Amino acid sequence: MTALLELEDVEARYGPVHVLHGISLAVEEGSIVAVLGPNGAGKTTTLRAISGTVRRSGGIRFAGRSLGRLGPDGVARLGVAHVPEGRGTFSELTVWENLKLGAYTRRGSIQPELERVFSYFPWLSERRRQQAGTLSGGEQQMLALARAFVLRPRLLLLDEPSLGLAPVLVAELFRIVRELNEREGLTVLVVEQNAQLALQAAQTGYVLEAGRVALSGTSEELRSDDSVRRSYLGY
Amino acid sequence: MATAETSRLDGLRSRGAALGGAVSPVVLLLIAGAIGLLIGCLRSDVFAQLTVQGLAIGSVYGSLALALVLVYRATHVINFAQGELAMLTTYIAWQLIQWGLSYWEAFAATLVIAFVLGTVLQVTLLRPVQHRSVIAAVIVTVGLFILIDGVVSWIWGSELKFMPPPFARTNYDVGGVSIARLYPGIFVVVLISVLLVWALFRFTKLGLGMRAAALRPQAAAFAGVRVDRMLAIGWGLAAVLGAVAGLMAEPSQFFLDPTLMQPILVYAFAAAVLGGLESPAGAVVGGLIIGVSLNLLIQYVPAISSTLQTPVAFAVLIIVLLIKPSGLFGHRTVRRV
Amino acid sequence: MRRQIPALTSLLVVAGVLVSLPFILSDYNISLAAQVGIFFIGVLGLNILTGYTGQISIGHGAFMCIGGYTTAVMSRDHHTSLVVTMLMAFAICFVVGLLVGLPALRFSGVYLALVTFAFAVSVPLLPLQWSTFLGGSGGVQSAKTVSHLWLYGVTWAASAVLFVLAWLILRGRMGRAFRAVRDSELAAVASGIELPVYKTVAFGISAAYAGVAGSLFVLATNGFAQPSEFGVFLSLQLLVGAAIAGLGSLWGILVGAAFVGLLPAVSGSVPVVGSAHGRDVVFGAAVILVMLLLPDGFAGLVARLRRLGEA
Repeated sequence: MTALLELEDVEARYGPVHVLHGISLAVEEGSIVAVLGPNGAGKTTTLRAISGTVRRSGGIRFAGRSLGRLGPDGVARLGVAHVPEGRGTFSELTVWENLKLGAYTRRGSIQPELERVFSYFPWLSERRRQQAGTLSGGEQQMLALARAFVLRPRLLLLDEPSLGLAPVLVAELFRIVRELNEREGLTVLVVEQNAQLALQAAQTGYVLEAGRVALSGTSEELRSDDSVRRSYLGY
Repeated sequence: MATAETSRLDGLRSRGAALGGAVSPVVLLLIAGAIGLLIGCLRSDVFAQLTVQGLAIGSVYGSLALALVLVYRATHVINFAQGELAMLTTYIAWQLIQWGLSYWEAFAATLVIAFVLGTVLQVTLLRPVQHRSVIAAVIVTVGLFILIDGVVSWIWGSELKFMPPPFARTNYDVGGVSIARLYPGIFVVVLISVLLVWALFRFTKLGLGMRAAALRPQAAAFAGVRVDRMLAIGWGLAAVLGAVAGLMAEPSQFFLDPTLMQPILVYAFAAAVLGGLESPAGAVVGGLIIGVSLNLLIQYVPAISSTLQTPVAFAVLIIVLLIKPSGLFGHRTVRRV
Repeated sequence: MRRQIPALTSLLVVAGVLVSLPFILSDYNISLAAQVGIFFIGVLGLNILTGYTGQISIGHGAFMCIGGYTTAVMSRDHHTSLVVTMLMAFAICFVVGLLVGLPALRFSGVYLALVTFAFAVSVPLLPLQWSTFLGGSGGVQSAKTVSHLWLYGVTWAASAVLFVLAWLILRGRMGRAFRAVRDSELAAVASGIELPVYKTVAFGISAAYAGVAGSLFVLATNGFAQPSEFGVFLSLQLLVGAAIAGLGSLWGILVGAAFVGLLPAVSGSVPVVGSAHGRDVVFGAAVILVMLLLPDGFAGLVARLRRLGEA
């Protein structure tokens, strides 16, 4: 079986600064894959390379199609939803408008998607008229996730979802991500500082260091690896 | 979720604070101003006529200001050619009428042409420099200003042109005050155009995409919005609003020449800054305020002659920037440096 | 860092050519060369503003207007020496520049452009309002007029003085502050530079340069200051010159000044479009093309050629 997403020797740069020096990874359909690593290792850039918001080279194949020449909107249209770091919500728009924007690429009625989203995030329904900016940080992150899900993506790119959130909320967020994965078959590629949580949710993981894949394996393998334990799990 | 409950209260509270804190003094001030105008209109016929005239001209300023704000919100570029573009489209309307179209047929056709022109200019001239710097884009619009000026006087010459009147040259009689039909006509036409554009932004999917692209281009792209296309359409819509402004400025000036929109551009700048530069509603209200107050000032303040209209608008710009740089409706603060 | 000081040889070449021109050119062409000098001063002033604050003015024609009227009125009323009136124009425009720049420069983005444009439209209307003092639409005639050769000599002498002055300013403490502001406003603030002060002073200096250019501009039109000479178009012309010039290069400024100074004279022979309109069409098209094709203006082109030569 070929993977849903395959990166082969991907390089990326911001201006003259090389950030990725040949990343190769694969994401199987229906799995959750975690990307770990210290600050500046290129985790976020890897996601940005996939969604086309940074200049990149190398092979990026999604569902058998090359993403190399597509911009972020084109990648989104193929069914890749990117929830960027620091929340991708539009604080000036209402909750409802944010959700509608999630379904921007879809034609026809989006009612089924919305109802499905409301079954995961029931509180969103009653607060649809509220401005997204008036939500709490955790709620905004949930809204960002909900919005990405309305797109009915085949692949969800999650960038540091736990950033700036209280531990309770982070746990709740990962619970929903796992639920979406199990019940809806959503494939997820998540970048996360909190390795503990990420490896609990994910089946496989990659550890990046200085723009290269330093280590990869199943979550169990990574969890039992000494260097990972010392650097990222802290025990 | 327990936290959702408390944060909802927070949300409501901050929303209430926003309503109570920022908007109401301005709204109160506006209501007071409107009452003042009403009293003036009831007491003096001339005052009433000047007010109606000011509202009509002010709506033209507001329409051009709205065009500027649409472009500014999306790209942080002030389109200095917005006025000249409006002047060009008014010449096109004149030409269409010369070729035999009726006034309102030409009006409609011109709006379509303006839309196409706006999008084409954005794609060909602005898109290549957009990513480089705001200043580069502004300089391109200045070049466009000069270029349009040259092209118009090259094609049509600089002598005055006259268009047929869009509204019957009769007067309304409102409670004994005679009001030329022209002014309510201008006001209504501009108002309808502005409301249509507002509805497009507020109620359609395209409008949602455009708002998203203007607010956070990258996040919009992640949702599949074609940001480049939205910017081009935004320029097109701005050109349409400008075209309405130009077409309605012509009858209030009673002739057409290449400098038609130059002073109006300055009033539109003042209106946009007064309204907060990022606020569409502010731009329109700002236009009305500038239009009415300039018209009344000239009549009732002996020191201010009609020559001083533009300098007064300049003074308004400076004063707003000194006292309340975010304008009447700017909820976000201007980025200070 | 870009070279701020052109090599001594370039300076000598330019000076040599300027000194020898009067012996070669006809009287009419000398007046054109003086015209180029006037725009050289104006574009140099804009270069200080844009190059060292990163903001643009679309209203320097208004400062030329103020400078020009200063010269004409002082000469008419007090028979002041023309050179003294230029110094006055410099001083007055510096002060007015501070006042205009003060509110707008506090904000980022295009506020300065907005305000200066409104200023450019407003200032030429003031003589119409105060017509007894400023002569109305008829204008003000200075007491003395000058020959083309005098104008040429004084213009380029002033250009040289102002060029050296700009060089001294930009080389020193203030220049470092200006460049810091341009490169990163945040970093400049962090290192303790009083941003509003420096930006406003930069704007004042560039306005003062435009004032001197305005004085000379009036002398070039037989000492006659008229509102119609100082319309918005003059401001736009200066901006076009600055855009063509690019930043921080003597050659760039010379080319930009020559373009705006000479184009009106040769636009009569622009093919197809013809005289007066040809000028606008060419100006507009030129500035757009330069922005699209030579993002850093002529200065950028020179730098690129130099790199090519070295490679």
